[in-house]
Amino acid sequence: MSATSPNVDLQGERTRGVWRGRIFYASLLLSLAVGFITLGTLVVQVVTKGIAFVDPVLLTNPPSANPEAAGARPAILATLYLGILLIAFTVPIGVGTAIYLEEYANRNRWYNRLLELNIQNLAAVPSIVYGILGLAFLVRGIGLGRILLAGALILTLLVLPTVIIAAREAIRAVPGSIRDGAYALGATKWQVTWRQVLPAAIPGIATGSILAVSRAIGETAPLILIGALTYISFNPTLGGPFTALPVQIYNWTKLPNPEFKDLAAAAIIVLLAMVLLLNAAAIWLRNHYQKKW
Amino acid sequence: MATRAEPLTLAPPRKRWGEAVIKALLALCALVSVATTLGIVLALFLPAIEFFQEVNFVDYITGTEWAPLFLQAKFGVIPLIAGTLSVTFWACLVAIPSGLGAAIYLSEYARPRTRNVLKPALELLAGIPTVVFGYFALTFVTPLLRDIGLQVLVFNALSAGLVMGVMIIPTVASLSEDAMTAVPRDLRDGAYALGSNKLQVSTRIVVPAAVSGIVAAFVLGISRAIGETMIVLLAAGQQPNLTFDPKQAVETMSAFIAATGAGDVPTGSVEYKTIFAVGATLFAMTLVVNAVAIRLVRRFREAYE
Repeated sequence: MSATSPNVDLQGERTRGVWRGRIFYASLLLSLAVGFITLGTLVVQVVTKGIAFVDPVLLTNPPSANPEAAGARPAILATLYLGILLIAFTVPIGVGTAIYLEEYANRNRWYNRLLELNIQNLAAVPSIVYGILGLAFLVRGIGLGRILLAGALILTLLVLPTVIIAAREAIRAVPGSIRDGAYALGATKWQVTWRQVLPAAIPGIATGSILAVSRAIGETAPLILIGALTYISFNPTLGGPFTALPVQIYNWTKLPNPEFKDLAAAAIIVLLAMVLLLNAAAIWLRNHYQKKW
Repeated sequence: MATRAEPLTLAPPRKRWGEAVIKALLALCALVSVATTLGIVLALFLPAIEFFQEVNFVDYITGTEWAPLFLQAKFGVIPLIAGTLSVTFWACLVAIPSGLGAAIYLSEYARPRTRNVLKPALELLAGIPTVVFGYFALTFVTPLLRDIGLQVLVFNALSAGLVMGVMIIPTVASLSEDAMTAVPRDLRDGAYALGSNKLQVSTRIVVPAAVSGIVAAFVLGISRAIGETMIVLLAAGQQPNLTFDPKQAVETMSAFIAATGAGDVPTGSVEYKTIFAVGATLFAMTLVVNAVAIRLVRRFREAYE
């Protein structure tokens, strides 16, 4: 008299589970696809509309009322200048702040905790609000006027939290044993930071900074408030009026003439090329130099 | 007679002034962020207070008509808030399911190699400038909506909202995924040991365990949608209609600020001050939303890290 096992229909349960699992898996793939399909459609749309206008005229001519002769040279140059100024301003301040928070600040002090919370909050402030800050303080308050430098300064403040957060992560990833070793040899705090921690953190800092700059050069809203929405036919200077590439794109997109919309698509190709180049550089840096400790 | 060796001492070494100066300089860098916050608060609220000396605050916050340029100017901010919420709603409708689905896939289903390709690709989507999304909404999505039979206007909330939703998918997906990867393996293994399949582990173990992080991701996505400017400026229009009909044109708070700030409004005029009043409203809204998100993120970090 052997014990009969209870009659369980494992098979039926299983197939139902399998089908549910498959449907779930398919819906996951579908939700992932939403982003990529849109990205693909966007690129195809922009390229088919704009490629005919990507020519020397676009790169070397100033804007014009005639779409055939209109170019974006002043805007492209201004965007390049903005990118260079951004690196020059954000990297020292951002890395300095990150070093302060990671290596020097005592986390038990209320002001250091407040500083951290403040940076987290700043990172999520809408870019248009930075534009208002620029308009009220830089352009009108201290009377800088609607100049390229004001645009660069406001974009600097905009990306600073991103750079700080990236730099902090890179610095935090450097193992404590490296610091301890240097201290044991009699190094001072700054010697440890400058000669050991920072060199080890450079790939991470560079990746984060490049990504931040690539976001910043695509920013439009704060620059519109700074006054970059103007007609500029000459090469930009640091202290002169300017228009940037994304602002030029906005300007052309909102014109009713369809030819200008295609011109906008051409300018988008140039902007996307710049952004993608920076992104690719950042990813390459990350893959080739990032150390695993 | 050898010279006496200096006595060995454990007293603190001499004060290093260079080190102190460096520490001060670093703290100065950190102060830039504090100054930025102060600057934002002052730049927004001082003119906003002046504005509310001319316009009654209650009329502003409860008024249903926004017409700052009319002779009989009306300063009711409700239509701008409604416009913002309407676009944000459609954005969430796209971003929350897609972002969550993508996060579950990346965290639970994807093989490491697939994930290493898909994650940077998704980050690329986050790197597209918003003005490009605006162009796409206006020149592709709106005509597409018309082709499939929706009677949308040239400028409409639906097209702007849908594209904005795609824009914030990476925000939602990457933060949700962080939260899910932080869930300890033991929990999954326990569920598998009891005979669960992958679907059950994902939806009944991992998602509930990571829920505060996931909600934080949603909230941060919403905050981005509320503050986003270029897509709505290009695709949703600049008519402050009080409507939740997605086929109509609406004006959001951010679009109003950009459109007014772009013009040459004279400093000190009421029109100029509206920028700051609306800006302060927008800032306050995003601040509250962000505070919620930061709190939630901290909770899930504390739970598992």
